[in-house]
Amino acid sequence: MSFIHIKGLEFSYVNEFEEPPVKNTVLKGIDLDIEKGEFVAVLGHNGSGKSTLAKCINAINLPEKGEVSVAGLDTINEENLLPIRKRVGMVFQNPDNQIVATIVEEDVAFALENLGVEPSEIRRRVDEALKTVGMYEYRMHAPHKLSGGQKQRVAIAGVLAMEPECIVLDEPTAMLDPKGRSEVMKTIKMLNKEKGVTIVLITHYMEEAAQADRVVVIDGGEKIMDNVPKKVFSQVDLMRSLGLDVPQVTEIADFLHKQGYDISSEIITEDECVQALYELLKEQTGK
Amino acid sequence: MAIIKTEDLTYVYGENTPFRKVAVDNVNLEIESGEMVGLIGHTGSGKSTLIQHFNGLLKPNSGSVYIDGEKLWDDKAKLRPIRFKVGLVFQYPEYQLFEETCYKDIAFGPKNMGLDNAEIDRRIKEVAKMVGIGSDILDKSPFELSGGQKRRVAIAGVMAMEPQVLILDEPASGLDPKGRDQILGLIKEYHQQKKNTVILVSHSMEDIAKHTTKILVMNKAKLFCYDDTVKVFHRAAELEEMGLAVPQITRVFNRLRAMGIGFDDDVYTTKYAGELMLRLLSKRK
Amino acid sequence: MIKDITIGQYFPGKSPVHRLDARLKILLTIAFIVMLFIADDIKGLCVGIGFTFITFLISRIPLKMMWKSIKPIFIIIIITALLNLFFVHTGTPYFEWKFIKITDKGVETAVFMVVRIICLIVGTSLLTYTTSPIDLTDAIERLLSPLKKIKVPVHELAMMMTIALRFIPTLLEETDKITCAQKARGADMETGSLFKRAKALIPILIPLFVSSFRHAEELALAMECRCYHGGEGRTRMKQLRFKLIDLWGTLYLTCFFAGVIVINHFCK
Repeated sequence: MSFIHIKGLEFSYVNEFEEPPVKNTVLKGIDLDIEKGEFVAVLGHNGSGKSTLAKCINAINLPEKGEVSVAGLDTINEENLLPIRKRVGMVFQNPDNQIVATIVEEDVAFALENLGVEPSEIRRRVDEALKTVGMYEYRMHAPHKLSGGQKQRVAIAGVLAMEPECIVLDEPTAMLDPKGRSEVMKTIKMLNKEKGVTIVLITHYMEEAAQADRVVVIDGGEKIMDNVPKKVFSQVDLMRSLGLDVPQVTEIADFLHKQGYDISSEIITEDECVQALYELLKEQTGK
Repeated sequence: MAIIKTEDLTYVYGENTPFRKVAVDNVNLEIESGEMVGLIGHTGSGKSTLIQHFNGLLKPNSGSVYIDGEKLWDDKAKLRPIRFKVGLVFQYPEYQLFEETCYKDIAFGPKNMGLDNAEIDRRIKEVAKMVGIGSDILDKSPFELSGGQKRRVAIAGVMAMEPQVLILDEPASGLDPKGRDQILGLIKEYHQQKKNTVILVSHSMEDIAKHTTKILVMNKAKLFCYDDTVKVFHRAAELEEMGLAVPQITRVFNRLRAMGIGFDDDVYTTKYAGELMLRLLSKRK
Repeated sequence: MIKDITIGQYFPGKSPVHRLDARLKILLTIAFIVMLFIADDIKGLCVGIGFTFITFLISRIPLKMMWKSIKPIFIIIIITALLNLFFVHTGTPYFEWKFIKITDKGVETAVFMVVRIICLIVGTSLLTYTTSPIDLTDAIERLLSPLKKIKVPVHELAMMMTIALRFIPTLLEETDKITCAQKARGADMETGSLFKRAKALIPILIPLFVSSFRHAEELALAMECRCYHGGEGRTRMKQLRFKLIDLWGTLYLTCFFAGVIVINHFCK
């Protein structure tokens, strides 16, 4: 079985303040399998159900129908709660709301203290996690004096210290400036490539999704697409109709493709685009 | 006449403390009425501090600010009326909503201006239409709305004050692509309808490129330049050196030029890139 | 900027006083208070003055901080002095007029009480000057941990204190932002009657309230994701261990303490 296995997942929020209670079904039968070491981006507009999906992976939300399991552990089983959360770390959008302590290293140690790890082992893992995300020099700082990107890296270190097999990031860059965004993206990619951590990245930024191995598009609580980034972004019209964007380079390639020029519509990186446009222009001159 | 003018504007945070930091350093600037200005600069470049001077929230340590020809801080009693000429929408403005209904919240600014109820009502109806808030939503509590709707109500609250200058700090941050386009679209529409000055602060060069006619660049507390959008993007290399990300499409065409493709245009929107490609391709056929 | 203000009164430093174990510091502070109260005349109190002054010097906290810690209770000191001055009627009168009677004993008691209060305040404020709030919280939690046996939620209380400390700067910054935003919408907080000004705070307090709830909700979720499940089975990264310096610190106070007892007994 896959590392993360989701089958027929349904989930709804019930608003009990209304009379009669209003049930709002957010996930309507999602099937998704994620293998160890994958880097999966999840796209979808606000309210499409992608954050709800993320919270199902580490047993914050429990499935109403269907099943979710992590490393063979079913989330519905309460005994699996801590083992699952230890394996799947979560990073949220607002860095301010996930830092618990008043000193960086104390915060990184938080999860390990909760798990009852030996003090010397906590020390070792905290130092290692902080070095991995490049925040070791800031270990004695107060979190509120760090920049957004730095805070988010501290938050990543906080889950990294648990030595999880997977990290789910729910729009980790939404509140950051371009510099912070690239810091966080670099960290995420490094964790995936060098440490083999499985990454599930929920994002609104197409350029970030384009860096993943695989892109899953969610709309109205259903999985619409699940493919490599090239194949997903080349569906420019479909993406637009879902309220999503495509990278600018894909847009121009798609435009020229539709005009009848001989250019691939599956261009998602700057390098590919420069190359393709260059060849197109050269070819035309050559004729 | 310039609607906003600054003379040697300097502002220092925490003077006489160990945290002393010059946030705005000797800025001289003249913004003409009716422009749609993009304000860019990395975090800490002083752009937020600068805009807070435009409506008198901060008092310059030295130098002066003129709004519509009137000098701020000359007479403290006159500050409030001048402040009403410049509407300021902060980042994540939905966090400042507080009234029981959206209607009342939008009315907060106009009420502070001392307008009568009929006028307030007229303005609320007008801005609600402009930002796409239906009359059913106006009677709801702002806390029941979705993120995008809240943001639009908050922006409407400032628009209802009918300022001559509307300043928006990162109005689209945290929204999904569709929400982004909606917010920026309505701001552009507002600008075209009202013909007044809009200053758009954003980290997204793509958005700035698409929507503004002029760009103001702040770098390390200093004014780097204030010029037409085309001319600013012509200096793409300098902007990148400052740590500002120019649009992806601009980078692509700059590289093409470096590879020996001959064209003089500065490309910063995909629409223009498409037109340029078609022109280049047809010329070479 | 508002976020640069220091929380509590902590002065970071590396002096021997700073380096003492926070738990011990709390215990020593209690012992110090006891010492001040068993000193039953001005001579014994001189030992207390000596202790306060020398410790202050060792801690390298600016001496003007002494004055700063006394300032808030200055009125209380004056009232104490006057009460003792006028209402202690034993001893030889210096001055008598109608019902007012000032005696030598009265003056002595007044001075004694004032010095005792000043020592008390200055000495105990050294604890907060030299210990970071987080260490203090931690120490309180550990000192009180025996109370867990009688179902006092010590861990939960300490956790609440830590989170409060963590969020004070965030909320201050937010207050600042919301105030600016409402001012930009024409909110007038500087003029008008007291009632009007209090009413003008509503547009700031409500958003602040709403945002505190948002913080709390999201923080709770993040804590749950990081396996927080109460104090049970928790370990701590920082092990507080008594060091040699703690022994010296204890000896140091013991000397003064012994001094007070000796004076009490022999210098009558």
